[in-house]
Amino acid sequence: MLSALGQATLRTIAESGDFARFTARGFASAIGSRRLGRRLVRSVYEQGVRCLPVILIVGLFTGLVLGLQGYHTLRDFGAASMLGPLVANSLVRELAPVLAALMLVGQAGSALVAELGIQRNSEQIDALETMGIDPHGFLVAPRLLAALIVYPIMTAFFALVGLVGGWLSGSVLLPLPSSLYWSSVDASIDLGDVGQSMVKALVFGALTVALCCHNGFNAHRRSGSTGARAVSASTTRAVVFSSVAVLAADYLITSLLV
Amino acid sequence: MSEPASVPLLATRALQKRFGERVVLADVTLEVQRGEVLAVVGKSGTGKSVLLKCLAGVLAPDSGAVLFEGLPLSRDDETALSAFRRRCSYLFQGNALLDSLTAWENVALPLEQATLLPKPEIRARVADALRRLELENDARRYPSQLSGGMQKRLALARALVTRPELVLFDEPTAGLDPLRRNAVFTLIAHARREFGFTAVVVTHDLPEALAACDRVAFLDHGRIHFSGTPDDFAATGDPVVSAFRDSAAALARSIAGLRAGGAPEPAEDLG
Repeated sequence: MLSALGQATLRTIAESGDFARFTARGFASAIGSRRLGRRLVRSVYEQGVRCLPVILIVGLFTGLVLGLQGYHTLRDFGAASMLGPLVANSLVRELAPVLAALMLVGQAGSALVAELGIQRNSEQIDALETMGIDPHGFLVAPRLLAALIVYPIMTAFFALVGLVGGWLSGSVLLPLPSSLYWSSVDASIDLGDVGQSMVKALVFGALTVALCCHNGFNAHRRSGSTGARAVSASTTRAVVFSSVAVLAADYLITSLLV
Repeated sequence: MSEPASVPLLATRALQKRFGERVVLADVTLEVQRGEVLAVVGKSGTGKSVLLKCLAGVLAPDSGAVLFEGLPLSRDDETALSAFRRRCSYLFQGNALLDSLTAWENVALPLEQATLLPKPEIRARVADALRRLELENDARRYPSQLSGGMQKRLALARALVTRPELVLFDEPTAGLDPLRRNAVFTLIAHARREFGFTAVVVTHDLPEALAACDRVAFLDHGRIHFSGTPDDFAATGDPVVSAFRDSAAALARSIAGLRAGGAPEPAEDLG
């Protein structure tokens, strides 16, 4: 029992070190990687543009539900006018960065792991090495950099659409005056809140995309399985780890910044 | 070119590689002289592809050494490995084409990413490589839109476009029809005459390999069991080599027997 626990701990430490080295190498290899711009644009498209519809839909429904639940709860305390600050603070500080990251992991992250896993299985990554091309610079760096661009933008879209959702619930479907809703939203959000949201988005982006790249890149040696099963296992593992990492990192950042 | 002729371009010393309990390469010592074509033959599962991957630095051997121009190569020495890879190409058995890139982009990739050649030179070389392999009309297609044979030719174009000094071919004719097989070995011979590269060819196509290579190494149970000229290989009375060599002829006879409606002779598995 103790032996198994010790082995698991040692394995976790070793994997954490390997992951940290992989991430650092991914960022560092961007320097000097040729034609990085073209691959970066493609990664931004795959992580961002393709995921925009789901971000907008989830953001809208999150705002709608927040508006609905918030209005009825606040009305019971005679504070329905505080719906704007409730929706705005919940979205900007917490829900937008966290839920946008989880949506991006589910759609773009899983696709990324599968693509890299298949490239590993079909020896495409080995082929890059034999051609003298650094696979970290070619495959990992553009995806990591794209995450730093995409996650903050998607978080902003999520928050904006969520605010609209809250307004639809509170002022269109329910009787809160629109002017009161928007003016209270404006008054309750300051640059510090937006900054906190962006810091979270950047950390979640780097963390989750690095986890997805690491799992896909090492699909051949990490999952205890081979071929298509290894890709499938790596994808599941990456999505689960990324989701947990987002929530854990959210708590850490919030406790540091609040 | 400047080093003494006695130093082989590529060599291995007591190379060992195992996967778990299974020993794939037990003790491989091999030399490849500059300008020669070495065919590595042997039954399936004897570690030919593993040997090639160790030579290319894709796999790290458990012990022993790979020497390029007499200097050891190691995955830990990235500078030496990068310098080696700029002068070497590898044709993968499964082609390993990047499926998100077109045929043109696949061939241009090593030139764009690993050389400082100007764009017009890259365009000219890629066009020439595609034309030589009859793929000029498929330049905009993706690997998944090409047949198996066309993918093999595309991988060959990518391997030769950098004009490497050393080319490692892993089953260059796998999945090709007899005409294409001949064409590929002819192309390798032409390219060798033109660019003067050294080659290690892992293959099952014994007649073509014997016709195209300068030396044959027979890998058996993780060791080089025989090494010599094609004539020596054809003439040797070594029972293991004879059994393998004659199995090709037995296979041909058994196929002929099937065609004639007769009972086929059992043929040893050539993989």
